[in-house]
Amino acid sequence: MFSLNGVSKRFGSFAALQPLDLDFRQEQTSVLIGPSGCGKSTLLKLMIRLLEPDSGEIRFDREAVTPGNIQALRHQMGYVIQEGGLFPHLTVEQNITLVARYLNWSESRIRQRLGELSELTRIPESLWHRFPLQLSGGQRQRVSLMRALMLDPKVLLLDEPLGALDPMIRANLQQDLKEIFNRLRKTVVLVTHDMGEAAFFGDEIILMRQGRIVQQGTITTLVNQPADPFVKDFIQAQRQVTVIAENDQ
Amino acid sequence: MIARSLIGFCIMMLAAPLLAIKPAGEPIVVGSKKFTESVILGEIITQTVNQTSFEAIHRRELGGTRVLWNALQGGDIQIYPEYTGTIREEILSDLSVAPGMAALRDSLRNQGIGMLAPLGFNNTYALGMLSQTADTLNINRISDLKRFPDLVLGFTNEFMDRSDGWPGLKRAYQLPHSNVRGLDHDLAYRGLANGNIHVIDVYSTDAEIDYYQLKTLVDDLMYFPEYQAVILYRLNLDTEAPGLISKLKSLLGTIDAATMSQLNGRVKLERQPEGVVASEWINDTFGITSQVVIKNRWQRIWERTVEHLFLVAIALGAAILLALPLGIWSAYHPKTGQGILAVVGIIQTIPSLALLVFMIPLLGIGGPPAIFALFLYGLLPIVRNTYTGLKSIEPGIQESALALGLPWVAVLWKIDLPLASRAILAGIKTSAVICIGTATLGALIGAGGYGQPILTGIRLDNMGLILEGAVPAAVMALVVQGLFELSERWLVPKGIRLKISD
Repeated sequence: MFSLNGVSKRFGSFAALQPLDLDFRQEQTSVLIGPSGCGKSTLLKLMIRLLEPDSGEIRFDREAVTPGNIQALRHQMGYVIQEGGLFPHLTVEQNITLVARYLNWSESRIRQRLGELSELTRIPESLWHRFPLQLSGGQRQRVSLMRALMLDPKVLLLDEPLGALDPMIRANLQQDLKEIFNRLRKTVVLVTHDMGEAAFFGDEIILMRQGRIVQQGTITTLVNQPADPFVKDFIQAQRQVTVIAENDQ
Repeated sequence: MIARSLIGFCIMMLAAPLLAIKPAGEPIVVGSKKFTESVILGEIITQTVNQTSFEAIHRRELGGTRVLWNALQGGDIQIYPEYTGTIREEILSDLSVAPGMAALRDSLRNQGIGMLAPLGFNNTYALGMLSQTADTLNINRISDLKRFPDLVLGFTNEFMDRSDGWPGLKRAYQLPHSNVRGLDHDLAYRGLANGNIHVIDVYSTDAEIDYYQLKTLVDDLMYFPEYQAVILYRLNLDTEAPGLISKLKSLLGTIDAATMSQLNGRVKLERQPEGVVASEWINDTFGITSQVVIKNRWQRIWERTVEHLFLVAIALGAAILLALPLGIWSAYHPKTGQGILAVVGIIQTIPSLALLVFMIPLLGIGGPPAIFALFLYGLLPIVRNTYTGLKSIEPGIQESALALGLPWVAVLWKIDLPLASRAILAGIKTSAVICIGTATLGALIGAGGYGQPILTGIRLDNMGLILEGAVPAAVMALVVQGLFELSERWLVPKGIRLKISD
C-alpha cells in the first residue's frame, strides 16, 4: 500500500531519518516504535507529506506521492495525532464533516456516514454539538478517529493516538481501536513508544533508532531473535514493570 | 504629482459615498494660521468674498506658515492673510528679495501668487509702557528711553535671544539700560501693572495693549522689520473669478494697528466668536450686513462627530483591507514577513505631526492627507496581531488541517482565521482607538473633527472649547472599544471562547 524508497530527512545538521526503504502491506497494522527522536513521527509526516523528503520516493497504492497530487491522496489517508488535533472552534459534528462538506457530499450521505462512525467509535449523537473543549481526552481521540475515517480512507496514520490518555481510558480505547481495525480491515501505521501497545496492535513491528530501522518483524521475532543488543535492551526495559510485579507476588 | 493624484484618487474612491452628501460646486477656499489674528482676518476675507456672487469657505487654523504656503501653491486654498516680514524672511528667504514692496510682489508673481497692498497695520515687535507712566515721563519714541537709564525692562526670552531683538535694539538706539529681565509674557503684563517693570516687548497688535492701556513707542529709527499684513491669492483668480480681487481691494488700508488690537481683544479677552467679530467690523466699516451663522454647542459637536467618524472610518477600513493580507502573508512567509513587520513598525515611530506635514506636498490639506496618515498608523496593530494570532495556532491543529487534504485557502478561511479571530479583532480595536486619538491632530492640517475645538481652545485658552473636543473624543474611543468587545460575541467562534478546565 505504502512503499518508501531511499527516503531521508534532515533538520539542519540533524539527520532525522537516514535513507531507508520500507513497505507497508495492505490491511495490516504496522507499528513504528523506538526511543524519542528515533525518527518514527518524522517518517509518518513524510508519508502524508506534512514534511518534504530530502531524497527518495514515496509511493501510495503504486502512485508516486508528489506535491501536485498529495491533496487528493490525503483524502485516502486518515491522520490522528496525540492530542487529537481537533479544531477548537468547530463542534464535534463540524470537525468530522468538514472535508465531506467541502467536497459537497449530500446531506443524507453525510448523515449516514456519521451514523456508522458514531456506532463504531461509541460517540453518541448527544455529543455531536459539543466543542472539543467540552469533551474528555478519550472522547476527543474517538472524535479525531471519526474525522480521520469520514471519507473511508484506505490508510490510517496514527501518531501516538493514546499517548496523552490516563491508563484506564487508555486500556479501554486500546481495546476499541483494535476491534475497529479488525472490523474495517484498513492498512494502519501506528507510532508509539510503548512496547506493550506495539505488541498489542502490531502485525508487524518496526523498531527504529537514530533515524534507522534496527529490526522489522513480528513481536515473536523481536523477542526471540533480537537483531542486536539494542533490540533486546529496548524490549527488556519495557518489561521491567511486569517483571517487578511478578517478583512481588 | 502622479503619486498625489493616485493616492488622492484611491481615497476619493473610498470616500465617495460619504462625500456625496457634501454640496457640489467649487467654493473659494480661504485659509488662516492657527493664531487669533489670522483667523479673524480669514473670517473678514471670507465674509467679504461671500458678498460677491462667489461662495467662500474658511479653512481656519490650518497650522503654520509652511502649511498655508504649500496649500496656496498646491491650490488647496486660494487666499490667505500673511505678513510681509514672514514672506521675506521665511517663504522667500532663499531668494534674498530686494527691499521694498514692489520687489516682493514681483518675486511672488513669479510663483503664481498675487499680493495685494497692505491691510493697514504692521504687526511687528514693539516696546510698550503703561500710558500713564509714558505720559508722565513724556516718552513717545524708543529714542526717548535713552533719557531714563534707570527704567526696568522686562522682555520675553525669545526677544532677549534674537539678534534682531534686544541685542540689536540696544546697539541701534545706544540704550544704556542695565536692568533687563527675561520673563514670561503673562508675568510681564502683571509686573507692568504693579510697577516692577516699566517697559516690555509686545506685538504691535496684541489684544493686551488695549486691555492694559499700554502705549507702544514709535520705532523712530525704523529698527524692527516690517510685518505688514497683506492678502496673498492665487493669480488665476484674476481670470477665473473676475471682480473678486477688486472687491477684496476694498479692505486695503482699512484696518490699523489699534483696530486690529481691539478685534483681537474681543476674541481673546471677551471670548466672542471670530465670525461675529469680523461681521460686526464689516458692518460698522462698510455699512453693509454680513451674516454669520452661529451654531450652538450641540450642533458643533454633532458636526465634529460626523467629520471625526468620517476620518476614522475610512482610514480604519483601508487599514484593515491592507493590513489583514499583510499579516497573513507575514505569518506564512517568514523572510518577507519580517521585512513587512519592520516597515510597518518604523511607520509607527514617525511622529504624527511630522507625518501629517509630510503628507501635504503629496495630498494637499484637509481630509485626504489626514486619512492617509491615520491609515498608515492603523496598519501596525492589525498586521502584528494577525501575524501573532496565526503564528500561535498549535502546530498539531495546522498539521491536522493540512492532513485532511484541504487546499490552503480553505485551511486559512475555515481554520486559521477563525482561530486567530480574537487576536485580529483585538488588533483592529487597538488600531481604531489609536485612530480616534490621532485624528484630533488632523485639525492642524484642516481635516476638521474633534481636534478643531481643541485647537481653538488652546489658542484662546478656553477650557470649555478644549473639553468640547476632548470629551467627545474620549467618549467615541470608549464606545468604539465597547462595540468591539460586543462584536467578539459573534465574530469570535463560541468554541474558543469556552473556559473549561480539562
